[in-house]
Amino acid sequence: MRYAPLLALAGCLLLTAVHAAPVSYTLPEETADFKPGPNRDVVKANCSACHSADYVQTQPRGEKFKKDFWQAEVTKMIKVYGAPIDDADVPKIVEYLTASY
Amino acid sequence: MLNRRELMQRAGMAALATGLSARGAFALETITLPFGNGERPLVRYPQKRPMIGLTSRPPQLETPFSIFNDGPITPNNAFFVRYHLADVPLNIDPDTFTLEIKGKVDKPLKLSLRDIKKMRAVEITAVNQCSGNSRGFFNPRVAGGQLGNGAMGCARWRGVPLKAVLDMAGVQAGAKQVTFNGMDGPVSDKTPDFIKALDIDHASDGEVMLAYGMNGEDLPVLNGFPLRLVVPGYYGTYWVKHLNEITVIDSVYDGFWMKSAYRIPDTPNNSVEPGTAPKSTIPINRFTVRSFITSVTDGANVKAGRTKLRGIAFDGGKGIKEVAVSIDGGKTWMPAKLGKDLGKYAFREWTLPVKLAAGSYELKVRATNNGGETQPMEPLWNPAGYLRNVVETVRVTAA
Repeated sequence: MRYAPLLALAGCLLLTAVHAAPVSYTLPEETADFKPGPNRDVVKANCSACHSADYVQTQPRGEKFKKDFWQAEVTKMIKVYGAPIDDADVPKIVEYLTASY
Repeated sequence: MLNRRELMQRAGMAALATGLSARGAFALETITLPFGNGERPLVRYPQKRPMIGLTSRPPQLETPFSIFNDGPITPNNAFFVRYHLADVPLNIDPDTFTLEIKGKVDKPLKLSLRDIKKMRAVEITAVNQCSGNSRGFFNPRVAGGQLGNGAMGCARWRGVPLKAVLDMAGVQAGAKQVTFNGMDGPVSDKTPDFIKALDIDHASDGEVMLAYGMNGEDLPVLNGFPLRLVVPGYYGTYWVKHLNEITVIDSVYDGFWMKSAYRIPDTPNNSVEPGTAPKSTIPINRFTVRSFITSVTDGANVKAGRTKLRGIAFDGGKGIKEVAVSIDGGKTWMPAKLGKDLGKYAFREWTLPVKLAAGSYELKVRATNNGGETQPMEPLWNPAGYLRNVVETVRVTAA
């Protein structure tokens, strides 16, 4: 009789050993947003599906990281990662990134 | 694969599912890494202590550097996180998880996690380091994740040798490489899935491991639960997380993440003149030799008198032979005392008691491995910002 709780406990342990619980993970909310500026909506519509704004926000700053840099990044997103960006949107995105970051 | 709307929903929703939810305020405060545009939020994620947030989606978290002064093992809740693609598996049932082994094998296999855990377990203590660790320090700067020195960590990994699983499946003659794919994937089917490859001899060396345990616990979700590849001495890009598909092939894998990304110059030291492009490249492979001072931070004021400097060193698998420390900007060097040897792939602690009279000091540390390889006094450069291993300098003022 006094072993019953122990046995029940052992049963539970066996059960947990055999059946690991499914894991459900919740990512926290994003910390960054695209800066205000002309064509921000175009950028959000084209870029946000695949990555958060901090991918842009954290890139190096300075003279070498202006239009040519952002043009190359946008081209890479289209050519390498297959981003479905309309040709007409490309200059708008490059302009926004150059002016805002 | 997620569609765009699902992804936006996922990005916007928080704390609806049960299980591992973020609690409390998300961005606690900010931290500034010591390079241009280095301000980062300190973020709180389930299973993690406050980490340096590089990106939110997909998540990329850097270890606050002070943690490396606590010991040679990096705690699971402080271990860095790096993903490439935003479809991160967030609901994982270890009971239904299967690892598939297929391709040029006699007997294709589907193993459950339980099958794998029933096999004879092995353990190895090994450093995992992101290829782009320390990219933010490159001069000239380069595009990519702008990391400080915290995209590295050392853990005791537990699992089974990849060789054991390949032997069970029976690798066929003519096999050249083995490819590895995890449950994480791209948002768009136009984006190349993250698949990595190792040569068959490397994959079968008995050291490359399928790991389910990390420092005595299950892998944290963001570090690849329930199973990840461990490739001792090799950059983290090969340590595929949430690993569920292994394919033996009779060719050299030509997917984007091997053929175009994660390449280093095919030159001596794998470097090129800063700002130039290499003529040819090879896949990134073993870690370069590195060492750090962890007990004092750059710009710190310390009390004049006796103090014990300490830090860590590691390399790509030959093991650390010696660590030398300079307190006069590299003019003279003193041998440090090495700590316990946790294996040739692990962080090796070092200590050195020094006496600092009042004044300013440029502290430097330089490790040499058992192959005679060491660290350059001036940084090497490559266009992707990989392999950084310059002799680190910490400036302190004693008063």
